[in-house]
Amino acid sequence: MCRIGAIKSKKYFHPVKTLELMRSQQKGHDNSGFAFVMQDLGGIFEGYKDLPTLSMACTNDGMHIAEDILHSIGFVRVMQWTPDIHPDIEGLNIRPMPNYVFEVFNYPRSYKYAPLSEKEDLLVDTRLKLRKALEEADEGYVYSFWPDILTLKEIGDPRDIGTYFGLWEENSDFTAKIITAQCRQNTNYDIVRYAAHPFFLQGYTALVNGENTFYEKNKLFQQSLYKGYIGFESDSQCFLYTLHYVNKILKWPLKYFKHVITPLPYNEITGRADRDILLKIKASLAHLEINGPNTMIGVTPDGTLFTVCDSKKLRPVVVGGNDDTVIITSEVTGINEVIPDRDISCDIYPNEREMVVVDNNLNIERWHQ
Amino acid sequence: MAPIDTRIIKSNDISKDDLMWQIEYNPQRCTLCGKCAAACTFNAIKPDVERRRKVYSEGAEPKPNVKWITEPVIKQIVRTNKNCVGCGMCAKVCPNEAIKPVYNDKHRMNVKYRAENADSPKRGGRTNLHTEGRTLDKIKIGRISQMTDPSLDAQRHTFDLLAPFGRVLPPEQLPFVVKDGELQMSQNGPKTQWIYPIIIGDMSIGALSTRMWEAVAIATAYLNEVVGLPVRMCSGEGGMPLKLLKSRYLKYMILQIASGHFGWDRIINTMPEMVEDPAGILIKIGQGAKPGDGGLLLAKKVVRHIQEIRGVPKSDLLSPPNHQGLYSIEESVQKMFLSMNSAFKFRVPVAIKVAASTTSVSVYNNLLRDPYNIVGGFFLDGIAGGTGAAHEVSLDHTGHPIVSRLRDCYLAAVHQGKQGQIPLWAAGGIGMNGTLAADAFKMICLGANGVFTGKLILQIAGCVGNDYGKCNACNTGLCPVGITTQNRTLVDRLDVDKVAENIVNYFIATNTELKKLLAPIGNSSLPVGRSDALVTVDKNVATRLEIQHVC
Repeated sequence: MCRIGAIKSKKYFHPVKTLELMRSQQKGHDNSGFAFVMQDLGGIFEGYKDLPTLSMACTNDGMHIAEDILHSIGFVRVMQWTPDIHPDIEGLNIRPMPNYVFEVFNYPRSYKYAPLSEKEDLLVDTRLKLRKALEEADEGYVYSFWPDILTLKEIGDPRDIGTYFGLWEENSDFTAKIITAQCRQNTNYDIVRYAAHPFFLQGYTALVNGENTFYEKNKLFQQSLYKGYIGFESDSQCFLYTLHYVNKILKWPLKYFKHVITPLPYNEITGRADRDILLKIKASLAHLEINGPNTMIGVTPDGTLFTVCDSKKLRPVVVGGNDDTVIITSEVTGINEVIPDRDISCDIYPNEREMVVVDNNLNIERWHQ
Repeated sequence: MAPIDTRIIKSNDISKDDLMWQIEYNPQRCTLCGKCAAACTFNAIKPDVERRRKVYSEGAEPKPNVKWITEPVIKQIVRTNKNCVGCGMCAKVCPNEAIKPVYNDKHRMNVKYRAENADSPKRGGRTNLHTEGRTLDKIKIGRISQMTDPSLDAQRHTFDLLAPFGRVLPPEQLPFVVKDGELQMSQNGPKTQWIYPIIIGDMSIGALSTRMWEAVAIATAYLNEVVGLPVRMCSGEGGMPLKLLKSRYLKYMILQIASGHFGWDRIINTMPEMVEDPAGILIKIGQGAKPGDGGLLLAKKVVRHIQEIRGVPKSDLLSPPNHQGLYSIEESVQKMFLSMNSAFKFRVPVAIKVAASTTSVSVYNNLLRDPYNIVGGFFLDGIAGGTGAAHEVSLDHTGHPIVSRLRDCYLAAVHQGKQGQIPLWAAGGIGMNGTLAADAFKMICLGANGVFTGKLILQIAGCVGNDYGKCNACNTGLCPVGITTQNRTLVDRLDVDKVAENIVNYFIATNTELKKLLAPIGNSSLPVGRSDALVTVDKNVATRLEIQHVC
């Protein structure tokens, strides 16, 4: 079982908050790993918001492979940060990689006047190239290569992973305004680092609790839609790809994501004014339906945080917060840990036919499907 | 006593031993009521007399006497045509269980008929060769929701079981614009109907008795209007009653056009008076039971009302094997699909039905790439499909099993990234084991959007034929249960209301069973292409269909 969580705040905060958020829900997950995606970065990364940041875990040889590729494309490193790791502490349940790389790059000179779309394309192509090279050599993993994004995925006990990376000591260097996290490897199958949530692609983040029973049809459809839809190590990656496809490729407003993944029954659609649109979506994107049981938390490139459930509401989720911070997570105990003094009467337990959406002013909207 | 001249036996004469069905008759139980002979539509039995020699003795001492008596009996007529087909009507009407047909598994009719009549035997039904087991029966739904995700409650949960019928545009071609944060239609797209995933397959008026056809139409209307299941019925190639064409019930009917174009004169002339659009148009190119062959309605079934509906004189009606003037897939798309679409002003989906073949994937690939986006469904009919009349050699020896071909077509669409854009509908033996829901469900998991079924509907109505040589006389016009005959007396044997009721009941049961199959895999909508839900103990089936092999 997964437990998932996301914190969005008006102020920069340290990832220790997500450790606190997830630890209190540990009866619901199996403490097999810890992974997070940080978006809208603060601290030492705050001055590099427009430049792509590489998040990678690799061997020394993997470093060379990656550097050669990046150099050959023309990327120029402008900043590098390495977490202060503690390999000397004995008895930690963790399977660390030799190197954790968080590097900021300048775009190649030839991209100086390139439109954003070309730059975005370049970043995806480069990440895929890096991933392929590292995979073939079995020398490491590249999680994200995108402006204002950091990703870490690790195998082991989340508490020990926190200790190993010094994440229990809160500081202002390593912060963000949005962090999504979860504490489980994909233990139903082989442990693969890429299979750990959250998943990230071109500014979109998704993490999911549940079993995507339409995984096969999702996957078969998605694999021909866009070059970045690869891997499929986890059935939950399908959610990310559908979110990206609907919002980024098709350029449909976010609310239609819900209509794609959990289309209304025919009889309900026919009673609505927008029936023609919804029926066409239901038919055309039938292979992107998910049939649960799932709860998903997503983040879009503009920082919008949202949660959405399958049409049967078979996985838990709760939304709560105060003026500065909003949390979406599987169990309320997590929110109680991080924001104990909030007004719990304002907590939201979303239903199967709505999206709960948090904007950058932390306004919370409930979009009925 | 004179010696018996055994040379009177002619060794090439047909004998009872040659027949496929032998009448077993018990004179001791027979009341000589004559019902059996009256009920036999094939004149395969007749009242007759037998000369009997009785030896008896009277008095205290044995003193044999002989007397000759003439005893009335029921006798089987031994010949190669109008022979007993095993329909069992004699047994059904006999008050004393004195008579019944018995299958002779050592028969030689397949030799004798041809040798005597210089004719290719014809019959109805479906293939009677059982050279391999049914593939669908070797497949189980093995991916059960246990712990990873919950099974659903089939009784209480809400299920959405509808399937698209009509061309589905790829997402990037949908005619949408974003305005004020909402998607809006910028123009009309192809029409898609949402219908029940089981269509009542194409059986024409003519092949069926008018009353039987009406019973199916009544059941269809009832399923839609009372039960709430949007089941569609395909007319078959034989036209439609004018009253139905002009009624609001037309919306439940898919009109078929085949190479004979039978009935289309009336359909076209009635278009100004139609108050509803039909549910769709199905262009029949081929049929699984007799692929490469056109329709066949023998003259004895072309009675007056059939002549009127079809607009033909009394004669054997043989639809050509091809649509004249269509020589390629591209041409058929440009000519036939465009003309049928435009006839109904692009409001009615136009689909195509072909016999499953090793070429099916090529055809489907080509249609998927059709630049006009006007092919609204690909109906694929396998070798185990039924027919009202065909040459036996076609029924038994031509055709292609449906399961792998359907799967191939689905995977071809996947390869192109176009799955679902031309809905796949599969038929040919679907439901032949009596459990339509299981067959439909498995085909859907393999990639079908839905299935269509015809022969099963006849069995629901009371057809006594089976796939082991029993009856299969649909072509003769002598159907003993009034289903595939135009003979009024025989049609009177059919209780139309009861037939409609039984069809409705069967669909209600099937709907329950579909839910019982969806619930354990945790799905509330149709699992199209969810082959991960299927397993098989047959390694070859697993490999061929790309599903999990289990043992």
